[in-house]
Amino acid sequence: MRPDAAVHASTVLKGSLVSARALTKRFGDSVAVDRVDFDIARGESYGFLGPNGAGKTSTMRMIVCMSPLSAGTLRVLGMDPEADGPLIRSRIGLVPQEDTLDLELTVLDNLMIYGRYFDLPRRVIRERAEKLLEFTQLTDRARDKVEPLSGGMKRRLTIARSLVSNPELLVLDEPTTGLDPQARHLVWDRLYRLKQQGVTLIVTTHYMDEAEQLCDRLAVMDRGRFAAEGSPRELIGRYSTREVLKLRFGTDEPADVARRLDGLVERTEALPDRLLLYTDDEDTTLDEVHRLGVAPNSVLVRRSTLEDVFLRLTGRSLID
Amino acid sequence: MSAIDAASVLPEGHGGTPRWLRSMAYWSYQYKRTWLGSVTTSFLYPVLYLAAMGIGLGSLINTHSHSVGGVPYLDFLAPGLLAATTMQVGSNESMYPVMGAIKWLRTYFAMLATPLTVLDVLLGHMAWIAVRLSTVSVIYLGIMAAFGTVHSGLALLAVPTAVVSGLAFATPIAAFAATQKNDTGFATLYRFGLIPLFLFSGTFFPISQLPGWLQALARATPLLPRGGALPGARARPRAGVARAQASLTERF
Repeated sequence: MRPDAAVHASTVLKGSLVSARALTKRFGDSVAVDRVDFDIARGESYGFLGPNGAGKTSTMRMIVCMSPLSAGTLRVLGMDPEADGPLIRSRIGLVPQEDTLDLELTVLDNLMIYGRYFDLPRRVIRERAEKLLEFTQLTDRARDKVEPLSGGMKRRLTIARSLVSNPELLVLDEPTTGLDPQARHLVWDRLYRLKQQGVTLIVTTHYMDEAEQLCDRLAVMDRGRFAAEGSPRELIGRYSTREVLKLRFGTDEPADVARRLDGLVERTEALPDRLLLYTDDEDTTLDEVHRLGVAPNSVLVRRSTLEDVFLRLTGRSLID
Repeated sequence: MSAIDAASVLPEGHGGTPRWLRSMAYWSYQYKRTWLGSVTTSFLYPVLYLAAMGIGLGSLINTHSHSVGGVPYLDFLAPGLLAATTMQVGSNESMYPVMGAIKWLRTYFAMLATPLTVLDVLLGHMAWIAVRLSTVSVIYLGIMAAFGTVHSGLALLAVPTAVVSGLAFATPIAAFAATQKNDTGFATLYRFGLIPLFLFSGTFFPISQLPGWLQALARATPLLPRGGALPGARARPRAGVARAQASLTERF
């Protein structure tokens, strides 16, 4: 728990940090967010998981008071985004999907100027910047221009920048999209640490591994609505089996094989290149598969993931 | 290590800096990188123009007709060039910088994730342009004095006038830039707007030399350096800010 959390607690209504009822966003005739309800508690990390166009970013933009609601109610830090946008944003850190760093200024200057937007004294910004650069492992690059930095470094700088104002709530829109695996893990590691320090995180992502890594609770979004909400483990327990058997075939069509295996397991999913069998007991299931004379080229057993949850809920794959 | 620790939480606006001033600070921060080139240009431009047109061309004109509108050509030309310069500065500062802040560097979006609002972002940028216009016109006036064309203390009034007339260009052009998909519109604006204004608004010759309908047109522009131009110019920045704000707000 951060020492200053107690200070915040007295200024914020008890209970949810963010609370939405029938939250709706329309762009002309299209509905981007369709009457969603959610409550995010202090200290929680909450994720919006869904494919592109599911309404995640629109939801997030309403939370950070950058985009007006079309209908419904929203309370952020106990305040009304419509009336108190600047005040709410002064207590939120935002890591947008596309970097908005000034490429021609130095790493340190980016932090300095950003802190000025919050009207922080230079001395305070400088002290915080030093710690934040250390935290995001950018100390060596403090005097370098931003332009030549790698994508992962820019992302980390954006995260450092969003923390200059010492926010209670950190909102990250697709924090690791476009990063290579190593850079992603470094970002996750830093975010995990923030979470441990008690910072409330809101993450939008279309990566199920990211959602699993970072989120205590998440909403699976599809076409502007919540298909389900819960912790990753709950969602997997509710919508999938413990394990998944992934079968690949040479010439057989997965859909044909699926018909032959009808009734064998609770659920089968025939994708163009593979057949998924959802089971709680992979050994028995695999024996049955062989007994029925099905000879897959390869068999892979894995634990169920949010990908399976999404497939079950929407009938579509998260990443095509 | 704690990333964000005990440094006390400071309430929004505790330092009392108006929000528009904080967004203006960005532009001044950025200007540190380019100020030298920019200031050099601010000196060079008037020196070159006043020397070439005022003294070079002017001596020819003075020999033939002795004066233009009752004053030596250099005295006629200098205030007009000052007005033309503010047009140029006001326009340039609100074309690429505004488009860049929306499309390329996305600076406006960075600002909008903080306590700043669209109006703060816009006013801050326009305030910065006003600062630039002031420095440019003070430098210009100094050079005019060095050329011996300043004959009265009242000439100092040229500075606020220049700032207002520069903003009369900056604000609607910022609105225009905010709505553009790419920069091709700027070339068009230059060719059909700014360059004709530069040539035909009474900078180089009195507009009484123009045919009647063109005179009326010239009078309607904010560039006309003398007389009736000022009230018109004053009305424009406010309308421009409103338009720029509207077109920025639409994007959300």
